[in-house]
Amino acid sequence: MSRLPTPITVSRPPDQHRALRRRRAGEAAMAWSFVSPSVVIILGLSVVPIIWSLLLSFRADDLVTPSRWVGLDNYRALAQDPHFSQALRNTLLYTALYVPASMVIGLALALNRRIRFVGLYRTLFFVPFVVSATAQGVLFSFILDPEFGAANAVLHHLGIPSQGFLTDPSQALPVLVAVSLWSGTGFCLVIYLAALQDVPVSLIEAARLDGAGRGQLLRHVTLPALRPVTVFLLLWQAIQALQAFDLVYVTTKGGPLGSTTVIVYFIWEQAFKNATAGYGAASAYVLAVALGLIGLILQVVRRRLQGASA
Amino acid sequence: MTAVSARPDAAPAASSASRPGTRRHRSPLPFSPWHLLLAPMALLFAVPLVWLALSSVMSNAEINRFPPALWPSRLDLGGYRYVLGNAMFPRWFANSLLVSLVTVVANLVLGTLGGYAFARMRFAGSRLLLGLMLATMAIPFQLTMIPTFLVMKQLGLIDTLGALIVPSLVTPFSVFLLRQFFLSLPRELEEAAWIDGCSRLRVLWRIVLPLSRPALSTVAVLTFLSTWNDLTWPLIAINHDTQYTLQLGLTTFQGQHHTQWAAVMAGNVITVLPVLLAFLGAQKAFIQSITSTGLKG
Repeated sequence: MSRLPTPITVSRPPDQHRALRRRRAGEAAMAWSFVSPSVVIILGLSVVPIIWSLLLSFRADDLVTPSRWVGLDNYRALAQDPHFSQALRNTLLYTALYVPASMVIGLALALNRRIRFVGLYRTLFFVPFVVSATAQGVLFSFILDPEFGAANAVLHHLGIPSQGFLTDPSQALPVLVAVSLWSGTGFCLVIYLAALQDVPVSLIEAARLDGAGRGQLLRHVTLPALRPVTVFLLLWQAIQALQAFDLVYVTTKGGPLGSTTVIVYFIWEQAFKNATAGYGAASAYVLAVALGLIGLILQVVRRRLQGASA
Repeated sequence: MTAVSARPDAAPAASSASRPGTRRHRSPLPFSPWHLLLAPMALLFAVPLVWLALSSVMSNAEINRFPPALWPSRLDLGGYRYVLGNAMFPRWFANSLLVSLVTVVANLVLGTLGGYAFARMRFAGSRLLLGLMLATMAIPFQLTMIPTFLVMKQLGLIDTLGALIVPSLVTPFSVFLLRQFFLSLPRELEEAAWIDGCSRLRVLWRIVLPLSRPALSTVAVLTFLSTWNDLTWPLIAINHDTQYTLQLGLTTFQGQHHTQWAAVMAGNVITVLPVLLAFLGAQKAFIQSITSTGLKG
């Protein structure tokens, strides 16, 4: 553990030094008793499962009867499984729609700071973030119910024909993205707000004095200052989107016609519904490697940006 | 008819529009043009929750016709009576509360002990261990969920609340966040007490913890939010409905009662309300918790 130099310049009397050293010597046992519960639980429930998962992905296992070694068969089967590639496509489409939209809307809602009712607005935008995906899913299945839902009632009053929403294979995924935006935008909003407060006022003043208009200010001062936080949000939102499950389970169960089966839903279905845990583990590994790669790339980008701004 | 259901939220926005005098001189509008974007957006964000509250006090007859009524003709508490009487919502509520509270307390205690040892105490292998624990934060849950299920099955915990509690007794996030906070505290105070013969535990309890309110509340808020709101893990670990959490109970209940929307929405209100009240009561602490993790992550 690195120690920062303390501001106190007077050195400690030698007897204090000795006392400290003596007490430190007998401390290891104490330290271990402090950390061991965390170490056992955290490492025990991550390292063991990772290895177990890898082994599982080479086996055929239904979680009940003894499993059987099948080598790379699970991975080979994945490469040819049309349901898996559909899940992959759905997940990528969902991510590509959701991530930029949540960030752009979040930023747009964060940019204004000195208007009336700004506190009320922010509360309203953020509240859905604390609502669970389950509650949200149940609520929106009700609102978007093709027969009894409020959404179609509103459309009816406007003279627009009823829509299938989550029951229509061509609409379900975009509708799911819109529902996710309801709860996910608030997070981007508060992160951007916090970052905007860190943009140096002197920088903005200087640009104003040089005659920068509002658009120029945004383009040349504010947005560059927000770049690190934008990369963070990109990473965070992408990870959330690639791991979406709860909302899908509650609203569509992957349907209609597999149009909203995302990867995690696919994994869950294989492992816990179809009793093909080995196959599920293999698909989980494919997802994990993809997530790891995305994380790595964005970390490198982030380092570069931080290096450039320092 | 739409305007009716939206009225409680449209009111403040509308009054803002009628009030003149913001500082935008060149704007032809008597209010900031930002309101043209913000007011409709705010409405869009608020309407679903308003509709949730309204439909929970409507009768099924009002909901199950087309087009459905958008405003209750009278207060009908039948939905609440059903979920609190016939259904198992009180039991699920107690389960969720128990699991969340135990998880929060365990994270505070174990996170504090672990975080403090990693911040202040010297022992062989501490850097390696900390590094390993941090690395586990990058592991997606999907990768560990199947084996974690098998581990819990070995421990005989599947289908008990223990299966929901044990895997999240302490998260690497809690340990790391508290460690970072303890590192930011000045060391002199602790060292003086320590030299005077106070034990580490006493120093931690008497000197460090009273200074650590912000970090402890961040851990508590985020642990509570993620435990209370989780569906994936309870769905895997629990089969029997006496062990359901609220989230699992709500989605199962919806599947079984898909035309009794009033009852489903009453159950939904019961699921959402604790988090919503906690958020509105401690909005600042919530938002600070979430941004602090966001900017450091």
